[in-house]
Amino acid sequence: MPEGPNLLKVPKDCMSKRPPILQLKSLTKSFGTFNAVDGIDLDIAEGEFFTIVGPSGSGKTTLIRMLAGMEQASSGDIILSGTRINDLPANKRPTCMVFQSLALFPHRTVGENIEFPLKIKGIDPAQRKVRALALLDQLRLPPNYYGKSVLRCSGGERQRVALARALAFDPKILFFDEPLSAIDYKLRKTLEKELKDIHRETGKTFVYITHSLEEAMVMSDRIGVMRAGNLVQVGTPNEIYSSPKDKFVSEFMGDVNVIPVSMNGSRTITADTFDKTFTVATIPQAFSKGHLVIRPEFVRFVTEAKEAENVLEGKLYNEYALGSRIQYQVRVGENVFIVEKLRQHSSTLRRDQTVLIGWDAKDSILVTG
Amino acid sequence: MAAPHETGKGLSQGARNALPLMLFMIIGFAAPLLTVIAYSFMPPRSFGLTRAPTLDNYADIFASNSYISFGWSMLFAALTVALLALICYPIAYGMARLFGRWSPILTLLFTIPLFVSENVRLYGWILFLIKNGVLLGTLKSWFGIEPESILFTPGVVLLGMVYVYLPFMLFPMTLGVSMVPNETREAARDLGASRWQVFREVELPLSMPGIMIGLLLTFVLAVGAIAEAKVLGGQTIIPITHDIEIAFTYAQNWPLGAALAVLLMIVVGTLVMLVLKRFDLDAILGKR
Repeated sequence: MPEGPNLLKVPKDCMSKRPPILQLKSLTKSFGTFNAVDGIDLDIAEGEFFTIVGPSGSGKTTLIRMLAGMEQASSGDIILSGTRINDLPANKRPTCMVFQSLALFPHRTVGENIEFPLKIKGIDPAQRKVRALALLDQLRLPPNYYGKSVLRCSGGERQRVALARALAFDPKILFFDEPLSAIDYKLRKTLEKELKDIHRETGKTFVYITHSLEEAMVMSDRIGVMRAGNLVQVGTPNEIYSSPKDKFVSEFMGDVNVIPVSMNGSRTITADTFDKTFTVATIPQAFSKGHLVIRPEFVRFVTEAKEAENVLEGKLYNEYALGSRIQYQVRVGENVFIVEKLRQHSSTLRRDQTVLIGWDAKDSILVTG
Repeated sequence: MAAPHETGKGLSQGARNALPLMLFMIIGFAAPLLTVIAYSFMPPRSFGLTRAPTLDNYADIFASNSYISFGWSMLFAALTVALLALICYPIAYGMARLFGRWSPILTLLFTIPLFVSENVRLYGWILFLIKNGVLLGTLKSWFGIEPESILFTPGVVLLGMVYVYLPFMLFPMTLGVSMVPNETREAARDLGASRWQVFREVELPLSMPGIMIGLLLTFVLAVGAIAEAKVLGGQTIIPITHDIEIAFTYAQNWPLGAALAVLLMIVVGTLVMLVLKRFDLDAILGKR
């Protein structure tokens, strides 16, 4: 057999094996006694699409503003390609940010906006125009937009102009501060995919912040979930999705079944609010109290108790159509469960019908906290 | 449902609503202006509008040395505006961005003098600057030095004008500076711009509407200034407004005064129009 390049030897998780372009070491930002960012350690690999996701007030905007040089870090290090850049002002950092408001220059045309960083660098007008037109093309904007006022562009077009302007700067890292949050759902979905495509085309490192884990899942190579100034969990979308570290991360993922549980002496897991013992795959070390997390797509309707490892009897309360899937709300006593199924042509389920729902031990996760 | 543009009773609803204001403006604004224009075509030293129109007054003005007064007015207005722009921009920047909760107090301090009559404030300056007055008297009795008083020089006229018109430049400018979105500054800086480049490329053009309004307002006011030259300048310079006043009062030559006023309006109006054409305020404000 001929010796070809051994592709199988490439590590599965190649992203984190690359040298880090950006390293954060116990990075902290304090406002008085309050730590908005509370000692974050993180390595971001070159070429990675890294998303920091967290609710509002979690410190993610403060974090990205420190990385871009718009806020001074209180303590800790920001290391870019091996050099500490804490004291470098924003205009001296080889990084660039796309703002939530986009911060386009309203008195300038699309072309002038894109050319701004080139003009600052002192590149001559003819070369600037060539580059601006190439960027318009890359961002799927027609060339006649070059002379158009940015005020006459639609929301999606402005997004593209802002990204083109940032790319014209040719930064080592691009930061994004929730640029898609003010865009309507359908366009946002399109732009998310476009952004991921552009990430692939340019091969640059993207650091993106958002409050929507759904958005983070679509685009990111890795996600860091942030809460109260700390990174709670860092991992690939798949890791975050299938093994959330705690109740906060699992609930942040959207609709999920979370049951408060405790472990009794005989190493069995029982529900706190109703009488039921659960079969689980693994019990974390030193577990005594926590939550059992089951994703709604892993819960199914069963006809007999033996069809699944954990079965509960409840009443069907309501159903919601979610496009390709249908979500059911099942009430087990006072407890609400969510079940998701792929849409089928006909459904025999009726409201207030007594149903059996079940899941297998491998599909549930036991989390502390 | 009533149609918004009902035409049944002759006038549209919009016209009926605007009618009182239209009448008020015609009587209060257009009528005096038209009267002045009409007077400028009457024979010299006449006091009615019934005589045959003539261009005698305009001929008299072009034959006289009134251009000197025009020149003084324009020069001093231009100098005042230029000085005000240099003085007010840093203050406006501070009020909009740096002073925080102290800026309302400063606003108040800049506004309070407006509650006192301009003439009273100018006489205050006289008491301050006059020989043996507040400033020179203090210098004399404490340090024994006796410099010349700057009163009744062109320089002190300029000082008075800058002092009187400062708020009219400052407030529109402050508004202009505070209209610049902070993120555009940050974005420009993030894209590599130095502080000076941020100012030139982003701050100055984006605060231009406020600056332009300030420039125009103070220029128009300063061209019409009269008290500063009279009170502080002791008539070392004679502005055109002074000539107009003399024509209407001592000289009892209303048509000449009217013709001077019309010429002043034309000159100032043309300048303002040229500036407005060059800097389209709507375009700067992003309305088009």
